[in-house]
Order: sequence, then C-alpha cells, then structure tokens
Amino acid sequence: MRVHSIESFGTHDGPGIRMVVFLQGCKLKCLYCHNPDTIDTHGGKEYHVEELVQMAIKKKPYFGKKGGVTVSGGEPLLQSKELIPFFKRLKEEGIHTNIDTNGRLLNHFTEELLDEYADLVMLDIKHMTEEGYKYITGKKNKETTFTFAKHREASGKKMWLRYVLIPGITNTPELLHEMGAYFKDYKTIEKIEIQPYHKLGIHKWESLGWEYQLKDARENTKEEIDAAVAILQNYFKEVKVN
Amino acid sequence: MEVKQFKPGKWIDAIDVRDFVINNITPYYGTHEFLVGPSARTEKLWDICKAATKEERQNNGVRSLDTETISTVSAFNAGYIDKANEVIVGLQTDELLKRTMKPFGGFKVVQKALSEHGVKPNDNLTELFSKYVKTHNDGVFSAYNAEIKKFRSLGFLTGLPDNYARGRVIGDYRRIALYGINALIEAKKADKAKIVGPMTDAVIRLREEVADQITALKEMIELGAKYNLDLTRPAENAREAVQWTYMAYLAAVKEQDGAAMSLGNVSTFLDIYIENDLQEGLITEEEAQEYIDQFVMKLRMVRHLRMSAYDEIFAGDPTWVTEAIGGMFDDGRTKVTKTSFRFLNTLYNLGPSPEPNMTILWSERLPQNFKNFCAKVSIDTSSIQFENDEMMRTNRGSDDYGIACCVSYQELGKSIQFFGARTNLAKTLLLAINGGRCEITGTQMVDGIEPCDCEYLDYDKVMANFKIAMKEVARVYNDSMNIIHYMHDKYYYEKAQMALIDTNPSINIAYGIAGLSIVADSLSAIKYAKVKPIRNEDGLTVDFKIEGEFPCYGNDDDRVDALAAKAVADFNDELKKLPVYKNAEPTMSVLTITSNVVYGKKTGATPDGRAKGVPFAPGANPMHGRDSQGAIASLNSVAKIDYKDSQDGISNTFSIVPKSLGADTEERIENLATILDGYFSRNAHHLNVNVLDKETLLDAMEHPEEYPQLTIRVSGYAVNFVRLTKEQQMEVITRSFHESI
Repeated sequence: MRVHSIESFGTHDGPGIRMVVFLQGCKLKCLYCHNPDTIDTHGGKEYHVEELVQMAIKKKPYFGKKGGVTVSGGEPLLQSKELIPFFKRLKEEGIHTNIDTNGRLLNHFTEELLDEYADLVMLDIKHMTEEGYKYITGKKNKETTFTFAKHREASGKKMWLRYVLIPGITNTPELLHEMGAYFKDYKTIEKIEIQPYHKLGIHKWESLGWEYQLKDARENTKEEIDAAVAILQNYFKEVKVN
Repeated sequence: MEVKQFKPGKWIDAIDVRDFVINNITPYYGTHEFLVGPSARTEKLWDICKAATKEERQNNGVRSLDTETISTVSAFNAGYIDKANEVIVGLQTDELLKRTMKPFGGFKVVQKALSEHGVKPNDNLTELFSKYVKTHNDGVFSAYNAEIKKFRSLGFLTGLPDNYARGRVIGDYRRIALYGINALIEAKKADKAKIVGPMTDAVIRLREEVADQITALKEMIELGAKYNLDLTRPAENAREAVQWTYMAYLAAVKEQDGAAMSLGNVSTFLDIYIENDLQEGLITEEEAQEYIDQFVMKLRMVRHLRMSAYDEIFAGDPTWVTEAIGGMFDDGRTKVTKTSFRFLNTLYNLGPSPEPNMTILWSERLPQNFKNFCAKVSIDTSSIQFENDEMMRTNRGSDDYGIACCVSYQELGKSIQFFGARTNLAKTLLLAINGGRCEITGTQMVDGIEPCDCEYLDYDKVMANFKIAMKEVARVYNDSMNIIHYMHDKYYYEKAQMALIDTNPSINIAYGIAGLSIVADSLSAIKYAKVKPIRNEDGLTVDFKIEGEFPCYGNDDDRVDALAAKAVADFNDELKKLPVYKNAEPTMSVLTITSNVVYGKKTGATPDGRAKGVPFAPGANPMHGRDSQGAIASLNSVAKIDYKDSQDGISNTFSIVPKSLGADTEERIENLATILDGYFSRNAHHLNVNVLDKETLLDAMEHPEEYPQLTIRVSGYAVNFVRLTKEQQMEVITRSFHESI
C-alpha cells in the first residue's frame, strides 16, 4: 500500500483512539483539503500489509473498547484491492476497522471491502448540488456519493456522515435541510460530524507551490455553527462538531 | 472515640499500619459528585497564602529567612497562618514561608544560600561550624578521591547529594496517628534492647541510630506541645488523625531538607478515621474536605533554604511532598477511598499546584469512576502523575508503598532508599569514541579504550568500548555513593524519619542515568546509517556527519528501541556487580528531573546529530521532534524499557494539546483513561501528563503575574511554570507536544 503517513494517536477519525493510516493519492482536489500533500498518487511510501497489521497489534491495548484502525487519505478506496487483505487481517486480530472516504468509487473490490470487512464508513458529503460539488472537488457527478450511501445502507452496516461547514458555501439553511431530508430515513447512519472550515491547511498548499483557492472563505462564527447543528438535529440521531 | 472501635488485627500487638488499613478500609466505587468546595475558613487562609507566595516570587523567591536558629524538630515557636481559621495547625517555623538553616548537610551551602539574599548566619554559628562541627559535606570531601572529583566536576556525575540532604527516606507518618508517640518509644526501646553484641561496627551504629530515633520521638512530643497537641497518645478522631500525621511529617521537614521529602500514602489511611466520624455523625463532608484542604495547604507551604545553583538540577523550588493515591491491595480490593477523591479535589478547591506531588497508582482494575476523575483532574490541572501499580506491587513485593521523590517505589515503614542522583550516559558513550577521554576537555577519564581513527564509526567496536566505559563509570559512581551515604548517616542521620520506620530496614540504592534517548539514537545511527566523526587537532570529536537514514527511538521501532533497553540493562548490570554501603540493593532509574538541560550543556556533539550543548530529552522520553508517528508509538517505545532493569523508575513525560486528546471533555477523559490502561498494560512504569496549549505557556512567559498557579509536569514532578528559568521554560515549550495530523 502507498502510505503518506501514520498517526498512532488519532482521536478525530472515528470512535475512540485510533491508528490512522493516511494513504497516498486522491482523484479529487477539494478546495479546502487540509492534507493536500496526500493528493499526488505517485508519492508516499510502500508498506506491506503485514507490517501495518503488526503496528496495529502493538497499539491494540490503547484502542480500548471503541478504538481501532482508520484508513484515511488521500482517498483510501483507490487502494481497495490492497485494503481487503489488510482489513481481513485486522478483523482476525479483533481490531475495529473504519474507512474515511469521499465515496466516489464503487466496484467489486470496494464492495467486498465495505460489505465484509469495514465495521464503519465515514462518508464525506461534499455538497448537495452538482454545481457545488464541482466547485469544491473539481470533479463532476455528485451522485456517486449518494449511490455509495445507498449501497452502505443496503448492506445494513454502520455509517457516519461528515460535512465540512463553510459559511455561504456549504453552511446555508437550505443546503442543510436538503441534506437532512435526503438522509433522514437512513437506518445505518449513527451520526453526522460537522467539520467547521479552518485555514490550517494553507501552509501545506503553499509549500507544494499550489495556489490556495479558498482564500476568501472565512471561518464560521460560533452562532453559525450552533445554527447548523440545530437544523441537522431535526434529521439525525447525533450531530457532532469535530 | 476509642481505638477499640476499629476492627482489630495484627496491628494491635505490633507496629503494623498496613494491617490496620487492610482491616478497616472502606473502598469507594462511586463518582466524584459527593465532593464539596472549600470552607470559608479555608478560603480565608488560602488568600493569605496566595498573597504570601506572591511576595515570595516578587522577592527573588524568598519571603523570609532565619539566620539565628538551627532548624530541628523542636526549634521555633508555634506558627500560624491565621490561627482562628486553622483546623489543622503547624508551620516549619513561627512564620509562614520562612526558610531556615539546616547546616548539617553542609554549612558552606547555607552560607552561600544566605549570602545570595544578602545575609549571613549569626557569628556564633559561623564559628561553631568553621572550627568545631563537621558536616556531611565536610565528611564527603575529606574522603573523596581525585578520580571522583574529576568525574563530578566534568559532568559525568551530577547532582550528587554531597552538599545537601539526600532525602528520599519516607517516614511512616501514619504511625503517630495510629499509635501515639509513647507506644512508638516503647517499641524502639524494645528493639534496642534486642540489638546485642558482639559489638561490630554495624551493631554499634544501629544501637546509636535507635537511640537517636528515640531522642527525635521525644522532640516530636515537644513539637506537639507547642501547638497544645498531645501526640503521646493515638489520634481519637478524624481531625486528630490528620493533625497527628501532619505533625509527624512536619518534624521531618523541620529537621531535614532533603531534595525529596515525600509523604507516602496517607490518604487511604486517613479515610478510615474520616469515614468513621462521618458514619458516627460527628462531622460533615464539609468538615472532612476542610481537614484535607488545610492539610494540603500546609504541605504546599513547605520551604527549604536553597542556593541558586541548586535550581539548575531541581528547578522551581520543589519539595517532592509525594503522596501516592489509589492502587490495589494484594487481595484484589482497591485502595481507592473517598479521601483519594478529597485529595484530588484540593486541586479544584485551592487551584492547581505542583505540591503535594500527587501520584496515582494506576491499575486497570481501579474503579472506573475513579479512573475518570483522575483523567479529568489531569486534563484540568496538569498537576498529577501516574504509575503502574500492578507492576510495582508484583515486582517489588508490597501493596503498602509510597513514591519516594519523583517515581520510586518505597515500602512504607519497612524500607528506605539511598538517593543516588545520576550519571550522564551520553557522555559515557562519547568516552567510547574518544579513547576514554572527556570530549570537552580531553581529560583522560577511563583507561583501556583504544582511540579510534577510522573514517566511519564501527558499531561493534563502539559497543565494546562503550561497555568498558560503562564499567568504569559505574565503578566511580558506586565509590562516590558509598562515601556519600556513609557520611550522611554519620553527620546528618534522618533520626525523625527513621524513628517512624522499622529498626534496621531494607535499603535500595537509587542510581540513575540521563541521556538515554541520545544514546539509543546515537547507537542506531552508528548501526543503521554511516556516521563519520569530525575530530579537532587534539583528536576529540566535535561533530558527526551522518550519511543515510536510521530509526529513532520513539516510533515503536524495535530496531532502535532494543538499543535503548539494552543500554539500560547493561549499565544496570555493571552497577549490580558493585558492593554497596549497608548492603543496599542496587536499583536504577531513567529520570532527569530538570537536569536534562544542564546535562546537555555539559555534553559535546553526539553521533545522533545532536549539537554540542543542546538539552537532552527528559527522563526516558524520546528526543524532541524525533517521534514522528504520534503519541502511542512514542509511549510504546518507552514501555519497552524493562522495569526489572530500572526498578527505581522510568520516567516519561507526555504533553498534549487539549484538542488532540479529543473533541470534547467527555471524549478527552475517556481517551486519557484508555491511554493509561493501554500504556501500563505494556508494562510501562510512569507517565507525567500535561494537557496544555503551547500558547498558554508562551503567554505565561510574557505575563507571569497572571499565571501564579500554572502547573506543568516535568520529569517526575511538577513545577509552577513561572518559577522556571527562561531557559527551562523554552525547553519545556520546544518539547514534543503531541498534536494529531
């Protein structure tokens, strides 16, 4: 697997304490990406599956009752074929597995990975409109996300939604209601995590020599976050600000 | 209340506090919700204390000095903060925060400390100590040889207790409350009668020691009388139990100014009296908390006279009033009581504080409510530390123990330890590549090491030479320790503390090392990359060029972590071969206090790429910024050092920004408790926890007056951040603060 980096103490990437494997490579280039150095599919360092499994086993005592391993990125599903044996081994070791994904890929590898071995999926909802999706990700076809969500729902396995909150861009009452209405009947969704937009990733864009596209966006006020939470609470069992 | 109300046991017929506790404890499994705030009286007293400590800070760290009286157990009249509001009384002198002369450790040190504040001891004392009375310091230097002096002055051995009290002995301060002093005197007299001839050195010495202990016990009765307390009899209620215990401790800190004057494990014991009075309806929870708040307040006000050079190794004016809280009994019950919670609650009622040095004896089997409360207190105050109860108890043999100084196990009332400061293992490694010469001065320190002139360092050759260097350094270190403890017993015997310990207790000598991460990474660089030494015209290394990559300690990588574990085991093995004064058992720690800064200063460039003079990482911590895989990987590396090779303790300081610990308070508490379970399940020994934003520390450097109680854990103890030197503050700030990616 091509790995960008490993964080042994992840506390914001799924339940409990997690080893987070940031995989290298993503086909999207989201305006606010805070790990832009994981986008290039050619970078990173090659790891053997068993090497990563052993690292996880050594950390198992810290996972407690909730924690485990999260693959994030980049877009982990680009390496689904390699993730299958990885997650399979983790399950054999009794370790909880989680995938942090944009949900753009659905083929027989990803389906096997999701249906058989991923205890949890955190699906990133970029935007409810096609126009907004294209603006943020640089790519067309927002429907891929919803197809992915439907598949997960049909499998009956757990899912969290994640949503980056940008004033005026993703944080408008209309969009939030639209998202809530769309997902309100989903049974597999345990919670939605909203991630208030921040500019902490800017320096990484600059060090890559890329121009940061979202310079004009601002961070949410506390009231704006509270208002968003209040709307989403109408539709979701749990709304968490992460 | 009569003593007979307690459940009897072996403790009735012999001095056995553990048996009393085991028979009478009420373990507590509930939440912290029963806790109450400070009483009005407590608040009034604490306001006075806060004002006094402010004056102290503004006055160059000293509020008041005494130049007339040698501080002994019964010296000075009673002193009060504000008598009308004190339910627990007693100060070291007749005045709050007054520092006194305890000249038997070394008179020159007393003179120096006083002169730094523009005063001097009275002329009679000066004459007495310059002409007629010999001190510990005089004794040590009359016996030191040239070799020891050389190792000491060039920074191979640092912080040796050869001009101040060694500390670390923990009196079983509970004994006065449980038995009263008359009974203790009778027991000591009976012991003495049994110490019979032939009159060898050891027998004579022991008879004299017990006689001194009896004298000290009688002095403690006098001390009590000054406060109208009859300490000859056992305590009869909760307030008296707290008061009697405090008087016993007060006697110790009036007589001795050891670096560490630890308290033991009094909270579990005191709970028995408090619980009894609560059950009888004699006191309320408010009163119970008031006793503990005021006791802790007094402990916070303990002061010793120190010279400023002392601050380099023990920064922030620490006293190490270490109180062990929690843990388990061998029989599987928990030692957690409501008073464990009440002690921790003082950090809210009086605000955060480095003293007393509250140490949680952690077990996975502790009540979950207690674990969560400890995690909460740690997150809110950064004032407490954690140690592995399961491992210490099973490896060392008793479930009735305290923590001496920072991190060291000590069975209460049954054993003591000889404090041994530490040796510089990084400099020892440099001896191995410099033909046995000091890398800074070129002085020949160790014979039998071939100078190496090869272009690249050869791992096997370096290891062979390192082994020779360790053996020789251990030998000199052991020589110095034997002299120091022989002389300390002779000139500055801890008679008050020893009076509260079994006659002729078992002893362990507490050696230590500094610079472990430097050694591990250096050996890793030599083994896995190519290291080219750059030498000056004298052939001494001044720099190292590293070609290629090497694994660094702190990333859960066995290749290098094994080197760290081996260095600890190897040096410990060398120490174990050497004979120790009073047949003490050799043990070792990986602990630096704040001396990692001064050790770094005295150490040239090292093969891991560290430049000359750069501070070491504290304790057993990985070097700043070299642990690139986050907190758990770093913890796992440290956990690989085998406690059996370092039974005096393996100190690790873990600093994390609140946000990285979890998204909200509830998550942070749960995550911290889970980390502790995980870390200690890997057989790790100790963890300091700081949950702070770097910005807070930077702001405190700018505006110290706004942060009088900001507390931060350093290697094995805590300090008021604003009382550190700028250099030490910067070192703390540059240290790895774990932040999630």
